[in-house]
Amino acid sequence: MLIPYHHYLLFAAVLFVTGIFGTIVRRNLIGILMSIELILNAVNINLVVFSRTTSLAPETGQVFAIFVIALAAAAAAVGLALVIALFRVRKTILADEITTLKW
Amino acid sequence: MDQIFVNLKHAIVGLAANMLPDWLVTITSIKVSIVGIAILGPVTMMYLTLMERKVIARMQNRIGPNRVGIWGLLQPLADGVKMLTKEDIVPIHADKIVHFLAPVLIVIPALLVFAVIPFGRNMTAVNLNVGVLFFIAVSSTTTIAIFMASWGSRNKFSLLGGMRSVAQMISYEVPMVLAVVPVILMTGSLSTNAIVEMQGGWHGMKWFVFTPWGFAACVIFFLCSVAECNRSPFDLPEAESEIVAGFHTEYSGMKFALFYMAEFMNTFTLCGLTTTLFLGGWQGPLLPSWLWFFLKTYALIFVMIWFRGTLPRLRVDQMMGLAWKFLLPLTLVNMLVTGLWYFLSRPLKLTMSILVLGTTFWVLTKLNKPYVPQKRVYQFGE
Amino acid sequence: MDILSLIVKYGIYTVMAVSVLAAFSVTLLPNLFHAALALALALIGVAGIYLSLQADFLAVVQLLLYVGAVMTLIVFAVMLTSRIGEPSSAPQNNQLVLPALSACIIFFSALYAIIRDTPWPVRTPLNLAVNTEDLGRALMGLYVFPFEVISVVLIAVLVGAAVVARKDRE
Repeated sequence: MLIPYHHYLLFAAVLFVTGIFGTIVRRNLIGILMSIELILNAVNINLVVFSRTTSLAPETGQVFAIFVIALAAAAAAVGLALVIALFRVRKTILADEITTLKW
Repeated sequence: MDQIFVNLKHAIVGLAANMLPDWLVTITSIKVSIVGIAILGPVTMMYLTLMERKVIARMQNRIGPNRVGIWGLLQPLADGVKMLTKEDIVPIHADKIVHFLAPVLIVIPALLVFAVIPFGRNMTAVNLNVGVLFFIAVSSTTTIAIFMASWGSRNKFSLLGGMRSVAQMISYEVPMVLAVVPVILMTGSLSTNAIVEMQGGWHGMKWFVFTPWGFAACVIFFLCSVAECNRSPFDLPEAESEIVAGFHTEYSGMKFALFYMAEFMNTFTLCGLTTTLFLGGWQGPLLPSWLWFFLKTYALIFVMIWFRGTLPRLRVDQMMGLAWKFLLPLTLVNMLVTGLWYFLSRPLKLTMSILVLGTTFWVLTKLNKPYVPQKRVYQFGE
Repeated sequence: MDILSLIVKYGIYTVMAVSVLAAFSVTLLPNLFHAALALALALIGVAGIYLSLQADFLAVVQLLLYVGAVMTLIVFAVMLTSRIGEPSSAPQNNQLVLPALSACIIFFSALYAIIRDTPWPVRTPLNLAVNTEDLGRALMGLYVFPFEVISVVLIAVLVGAAVVARKDRE
């Protein structure tokens, strides 16, 4: 590898932290879903780097990463279907305006 | 004669190796391939526009453009001059950056996929071992550029056309990828070079299209690639009588030329991929390999132009129904038939394959009855 | 080190930098469509990083699934739930920006300390470049049960999303 593996891990950590920041800060539901996709991608990079450097079977991390990609796509699909259904009823997708169940 | 372009490239790289340091020689050899593709792509696209206009004209019983050169051969240059000198109109409330970037981003995937097409023996620009998947992945990023074009124009017709176009493209990607799977199963490799070399038996005539699963897969892949290029009969998103011009309504001049170029380059590369996967690529008995490739690709492009001149346009629900309710089950059964072909022995496998495929085709056409509205009964006042 | 490796090394660092910038834009841009485009750029950058790790099948699958399919979903949802004429004047970030920023910086410094100080057990395996055949054998051999389970999950998601997003029949 041309680059020491710490740099890949740091890159993944930066993406992860950015995703968490986006999940907390974004008001829009779709913005929250996009930040969650960033978190899942950071995790995938970590899996691939670790399986390449510390594992005796480097395809393990990649198989795991493929499953994570499939599940992330599934989560995005269901989440966006829910957002569209919610928009039809509430006419807004800002997370702090959907407060019907609050006391 | 067969290796003329390969020898030319080796001569240029050898010339560079005498004069330049080592790392520049590698970059020079990459640059020679890039320059070759950059010349081939746009020149092909220009003469494809001329070929389409002349062939459609002959099918409509008239002659196409024939004023600019002999047989209209300089017409693409005249078209290029026209496109370059047109005024570039941007709507006032359009999103400037997105509107500007969309034509650029739609040409990038169209050009990138030229890298994995085997134009002849030893003439693939980049021999990736995931070549076919690279092609499909890169051509699926076109959808983002179409969204950008339709959203950046701030125009309801553009938005509607863009969404229909994207829905059509992603619906037809599914049978397209599944139709490629039998080829990958039978060759055991995703590399385009390996797929072409597997079709080499019988003096270079043992193509995959001559097997039952290959024939069905070729037809399905070809129909899906006609839909991916947004051509007739699937051109609802950009037909002039339907929706003005769909997602590229608000583009004029050079930007429209880029959209047009991307569509024709997509046509060429998808036909090139069809010949690679099913029609044997550059394999053939007597002629040089690159000549076979271009003959087969241009034959398929002629068939696409023939579709445009002959068939009426499909409605959007008929188009979606074709992809999801007809082509998708057919590709799944096709994969099953490939398994049958692999495991059964000589006399049985041909009859069983044709039987299963024919039965599925008949069942699917029976199940997909077209929508016939009820006869209206008029009642007149007495 | 020869010049080609140097070019490749700085190329990888550039891809990482572009990806990180795009990720910041996802969380900070007020216009949701621009944020979606920035996410597409970040995901393309991540695919480039997979290529540099010699995971070529995974890079192509990432491009196909994430940029081709998931981004299409997200952009469709953005287009269906927004209004064209309305400018994005409502602030897209709530008041938690400064607390979240400080918390994330503290968390990142903790992660940095962990990454730098842990003695990761680095071993060199026999086959460093994983090709598609190894992945296929692993999926059909050792990991066949998660493979089947995920196909059931995907069917459930397909049916569920179609039912949830359907227009209510009167």
